[in-house]
Amino acid sequence: MRAVHGAVLAAGVMLSISSSFAASQTPGTMRTATEPQAQAFTPPPRDAMPAGKLGAEIKLGEQIFRHTTIYAHGTIGNAQNCSNCHLDAGRLAGSSPMWAAYGAYPAYRSKNGKVNNFGMRLQGCFRYSENGKVPALDSKLIVALEAYSYWLSTGAPTGVPLIGRGYPKLPPPSKPPSYTAGEAIYKANCSLCHGADGNGQYVRGQTVFPPLWGPNSFNWGAGMASVKNAAEFIHANMPLGNPSVLSVQHAWDVATYIDSQERPQDPRFAGSVAQTRKQFHDNEFSFYGKIVNGHLLGSPP
Amino acid sequence: MKPDYLYMKASALGTAILILSSGVAPAAAPPEVSSCAACHGASGLGNVAAGFPALAGLPSDYIQQQLFSFKHGARQNAIMTGIATPLTADQRKAIGDYYAAQPVPAKPEPSPFPTGPGATLATNGDWDHSLSGVPSCDSCHGPAGIGVGTAFPRLAGLPKAYIAAQLAAWQKGTRENDPQHLMQTIARKLSTAQIDAVATYYASLPANPTQLPGETEPEGAK
Repeated sequence: MRAVHGAVLAAGVMLSISSSFAASQTPGTMRTATEPQAQAFTPPPRDAMPAGKLGAEIKLGEQIFRHTTIYAHGTIGNAQNCSNCHLDAGRLAGSSPMWAAYGAYPAYRSKNGKVNNFGMRLQGCFRYSENGKVPALDSKLIVALEAYSYWLSTGAPTGVPLIGRGYPKLPPPSKPPSYTAGEAIYKANCSLCHGADGNGQYVRGQTVFPPLWGPNSFNWGAGMASVKNAAEFIHANMPLGNPSVLSVQHAWDVATYIDSQERPQDPRFAGSVAQTRKQFHDNEFSFYGKIVNGHLLGSPP
Repeated sequence: MKPDYLYMKASALGTAILILSSGVAPAAAPPEVSSCAACHGASGLGNVAAGFPALAGLPSDYIQQQLFSFKHGARQNAIMTGIATPLTADQRKAIGDYYAAQPVPAKPEPSPFPTGPGATLATNGDWDHSLSGVPSCDSCHGPAGIGVGTAFPRLAGLPKAYIAAQLAAWQKGTRENDPQHLMQTIARKLSTAQIDAVATYYASLPANPTQLPGETEPEGAK
């Protein structure tokens, strides 16, 4: 009974997502006539890294990006590698490539209410997606990741949107996303790799399949904890190697299921779950502060 | 009749090998293993020259699933079908449990570590800037192909001919026992040259490396 009740509640929340979807889609995606046309871009080949001290820093950045759990051990607070969400080590268009992000900063971010340079944007990844400490702007981690991203964007224009930035926009679901449907889709398509418990799979301490929820996952403040971002990522990229099997509706359903699970606390926690939701999660794509399966998401289990 | 003949031949040979090597095997092999040992060895280390894969240390569930597939046609191989067909679920489990428990000798990775198109495909994939590209083999089979969980078997140290034959079998549909058809989808995107290169790469790696590439954090990473 409890599970059914939770599923109904979840469906109720998602109803509001569906109805207000059109309005929420427009900011940031609409282009005015004066904005430059998006351009295509291809990063330099892997083996074209320069020699010398800068080349060594770029190479280190790539290693950090691919093996974050090893190279940023002690800084990050979970088992997530950068390359788990930015596929092909940040090179792949449609998988939040670093070459498309690099030239898009400095930019104003409503998330922290100020203009961020690229290093500050990377700091955000450490704080939320990596559930970790925030490395200093002149730390080895940030500088090396910046060097790698700079090199990936060799020849790219600045201030011009690049085709392939972020994840491809996803049409709204044709019916309200369903936790129950998402659970079935997860079991059929995702749990083989990510596990029925969402904890991922590891070998010799290295992350092979990243955790999607639970203590080793990204925290509530991460972009991927938003159903919209997760649905976009999933539809474009998952299951790895065969991403065409999930429909738009499937992606919304399974993202709803994944983002209705418990995960590490939002580091901006404002004293109570309700207050934190009000300040940082008051939108239709976050389940933080919602009750699912009888549990208040964001509270200790 | 051919499968039966092969089964009996393999069985007799296996018994002979088992007797010869019984001092080496760490645990007494159940009788079912005799038919496997002829080619895969009583200790399950396979036969690289003949293209017979190692079974030692593979997950029992994986071994059982392969035997089931050989019996019921999702994996087609004249010799293995003959051997697997008479096996019951209990016998498959006895074989799987036995080989899963066999140790795999630890060896260092080759130095210098192999590079080239096979290594690139294995560690980076062949995305070609397209979301429908080929992910790296390591992203599912683990770093240096050492295998992950029960569904993603070890590739490191398998005979080159065996790896290439499996990829070709997925392309042709004579092997279709992969969960969610992940391997079939990927194999069909690979060229013959890519299959040759990646099979060469994994065949050159130890099944149980003493240390993985990238396992040690370099000085000054933070």
